[in-house]
Amino acid sequence: MHEVSIIQSMLDLAFDRAESQGANQIHQLNLRVGAISGVVPEALQFAFDSCTEGTIASDAKLEIEWVKAICYCPQCHAEFTPYDWVYVCPRCERLTHEIRQGRELQLISLEVS
Amino acid sequence: MCQDCGCSDIPEGMVKIHAHAHSLDRDHPHPHDHEHPHDHHHEHITLDSDRRTIAISQSILSQNDRLAERNRGYFMAKGISVLNVLSSPGAGKTALLERTMSELRDRLKSAIIVGDLATDNDAQRLRRSGAEVIQITTGSVCHLEAEMIAKALQQMHLDGVQLLAIENVGNLVCPAAYDLGENLRVVVFSVTEGEDKPLKYPVMFKTADIVLISKIDLAEVVEFNRDLALHNIHQIAPQAKILEVSAKTGLGMQDWCQFIEQSLQKSLAV
Ligand SMILES: Nc1nc2c(ncn2[C@@H]2O[C@H](COP(=O)(O)OP(=O)(O)OP(=O)(O)O)[C@@H](O)[C@H]2O)c(=O)[nH]1
Ligand SMILES: [Zn+2]
Ligand SMILES: [Zn+2]
Ligand SMILES: [Zn+2]
Ligand SMILES: [Zn+2]
Repeated sequence: MHEVSIIQSMLDLAFDRAESQGANQIHQLNLRVGAISGVVPEALQFAFDSCTEGTIASDAKLEIEWVKAICYCPQCHAEFTPYDWVYVCPRCERLTHEIRQGRELQLISLEVS
Repeated sequence: MCQDCGCSDIPEGMVKIHAHAHSLDRDHPHPHDHEHPHDHHHEHITLDSDRRTIAISQSILSQNDRLAERNRGYFMAKGISVLNVLSSPGAGKTALLERTMSELRDRLKSAIIVGDLATDNDAQRLRRSGAEVIQITTGSVCHLEAEMIAKALQQMHLDGVQLLAIENVGNLVCPAAYDLGENLRVVVFSVTEGEDKPLKYPVMFKTADIVLISKIDLAEVVEFNRDLALHNIHQIAPQAKILEVSAKTGLGMQDWCQFIEQSLQKSLAV
């Protein structure tokens, strides 16, 4: 389950920043997760709960903002939102693999004190 | 930079949270020398509450991505072409690499990094092909990361090596997210796994440069629907080249080896 690795990398980043800013506690972590980042939200939350135990984020809330996939059709020079995993342009019906949004896995901010 | 208004005179990394309304502002320092509507908050740490926001906006995998780029630079400098071979457990990665390396033996100098949760059985099998093999035992980690590759590289003798194959941990989920610094992503799926594999693991298939349908010698026995499989791969991964191979009978191995040699020339040309 790589959600544990993801959460650990995220916490490394978070603890590092929190520490360098003199924070004693993390209250909330705000994540942005893309629809094709490959992570499962429930698994993220589960990993988060177990990885934060006994840390300065033990009571922290994990807030996840989901972003949908957005594709680009090189023929129409236009972006579109796919319905499912088949990325077919609604104008010309061509398949594309150009992805403009949806792979995100970002730590946006921390709320600390 | 202030995430809300774009101004750049905020101490790095610290934005947001006035717990108080701006009308109540006492003489706190405001670092802006310009006017802007204060519907956002920044900078003030204490007063009513010491709760504050630290802006980060960084990819969680940025560390891995950085190391992968470093690996990539290293491979380029050495003139090594790198395959990241991915599949579910048992799809035939090791058998495929054994056969590939044996066939290319006279024409190419190759090396292999193989990742496994526990045993070094795969490494032992692969050594028979004559390639240098390094085993990474990942323990509980179900995928390879760029850092593991960097460490393995330190133990390898890669002078003169033209092709490095990395056999990832058998898993079609998380290795998708980890760039290792490879030139090509090879996703293998066997005829015994069913034609709908690409539909079940779209994230992985979308990252593939080439999809190999393996164990093609078993296609008939398992009543593999070839057209459906090709259709599914193409729908999910229109960018991917598709080849059918059998490590057992050797069917398709020639095309596959030719593909490797061509991609080698391409990666050296740039
Ligand atoms: N009939 C047939 N069997 C194959 C072929 N390739 C592999 N196998 C068999 O499939 C089984 C698994 O093959 P491996 O090469 O170990 O598969 P793998 O993907 O390396 O497995 P993991 O490393 O455990 O994920 C073995 O019993 C192989 O003998 C093939 O082309 N045809
Ligand atoms: Zn189009
Ligand atoms: Zn501002
Ligand atoms: Zn194997
Ligand atoms: Zn993993």
